Amino acid sequence: MLAIVDYSMGNLRSVQKAFERLGFPACIVRSPDEVRRADRLILPGVGAFGDAIGALEKTGLDRAVKEFIATGRPFLGICLGLQLLMEKGCEDGEHAGLGVIRGDCVRFTVDSPPWNLKVPNMGWNAIKFRSDIPLWRGIPPESYMYFVHSYHVRPTDESWIAATADYGGEFVAAIGKDNVMATQFHPEKSQSTGQMILRNFAEL
Amino acid sequence: MLTKRIIPCLDVDRGRVVKGVRFFNHVDAGDPVEQALFYDQSGADELVFYDITASHEDRRMMADVVRRVADSVFMPITVGGGIRTIDDATQLIQAGAEKVSINSAAVQNPGLINQIARKFGRCATVLGLDANRVKRSDGLESWEVFVNGGRVGTGRDVLAWAREAQERGAGEIVLNVMNSDGTLEGYDIQMTRAVSEAVRIPVVASGGAGGPEDMLAVLTVGKADAALAASIFHFRKWSIRQVKEFLAEHGVNIRPVVDPPSTSRSSGGGK
Repeated sequence: MLAIVDYSMGNLRSVQKAFERLGFPACIVRSPDEVRRADRLILPGVGAFGDAIGALEKTGLDRAVKEFIATGRPFLGICLGLQLLMEKGCEDGEHAGLGVIRGDCVRFTVDSPPWNLKVPNMGWNAIKFRSDIPLWRGIPPESYMYFVHSYHVRPTDESWIAATADYGGEFVAAIGKDNVMATQFHPEKSQSTGQMILRNFAEL
Repeated sequence: MLTKRIIPCLDVDRGRVVKGVRFFNHVDAGDPVEQALFYDQSGADELVFYDITASHEDRRMMADVVRRVADSVFMPITVGGGIRTIDDATQLIQAGAEKVSINSAAVQNPGLINQIARKFGRCATVLGLDANRVKRSDGLESWEVFVNGGRVGTGRDVLAWAREAQERGAGEIVLNVMNSDGTLEGYDIQMTRAVSEAVRIPVVASGGAGGPEDMLAVLTVGKADAALAASIFHFRKWSIRQVKEFLAEHGVNIRPVVDPPSTSRSSGGGK
């Protein structure tokens, strides 16, 4: 069963409906026990890094998610769900993340060239594949995905980077290694190409 | 590179899409889900639903409209109109909206911007800014913020309000210049550029689109990050594909329209 983690950070409905539309029932889970029982786990989320980590810790979901990942079962993070995998987030002060991936999550800089960069990065951008992960099966190179974010991740170990995009310079659009995959963009909002990515995950 | 967005705007009155000119006269134009499916397949980059329902009770229907649309199309949806409290915003986001656009209520209670940004992030917080060029008694012109569907002037300066909204946590501004709205005579390029240069968040141009040339002008000279239009798309004067092809030919970075896979549903249309 696909399980979508609800930790009160934004709307999960779109993700759930997108999977349902593809013929994969997905349930919303809120407790560590439910996370442990999942076959595949999806960590979505919008909002602030610190609030999100706080919400996960309060319910014990932080440990449950890390344990789930350690079992080797397929994991998909989306947007904030990617950023939370890092050791550290720098939104409204520094916060420790889940620490699954070494590196941090920082804001797009507006105080250096190109001076006209608007933040948030909001809209459709073409992604470039860096590594061949199962999510990209059947996805044409340079496909457009929908992004909406002010922060981006910087893994210390670059072999984590599965795709990049350009916004005032190259940034990480997706990461992936073994069972852990995560996108900075929103596949559930990226029309038919996004749905292919979700299907690829569900069929793993 | 990030592409410029082309955004159809759908006005909704008591759960139905309506088409209007210059804010006031409206005719029924169909079911929101059908319209959304049509634009989803036409290559729209985002959809804006704007609730123009007059009575507060009937506005409850909007969350249901959003839910039905978000269950059918998998693209970004912004909802505006009549959002007065954090609870209104919460309802719409939980129904499936990416972003909520607040307008009059933000002018009356600017703290609402901070509240929504705190709860759902800057990325979900949009300021709808209705602006008018107003001739002052001394013969000079000022750019003034208007509220209540463009009926009431506030005396507030457009650029100052745009900056304040950004400080408070707005992640995007939809600038609707009402002197141009529904006229098909072109966006207000000068004002759009001034607002875009005054802030560091994306600015969506609205009001006055008559065709691809207007969009080209506002996305280049006007420095807008996205162009919103209603009439030219609803009345099928131009298709999104035509607009995008024109923009691409003129060097604007856009997301090309791809033909939907053959297994897809038939387009709703709703003419």
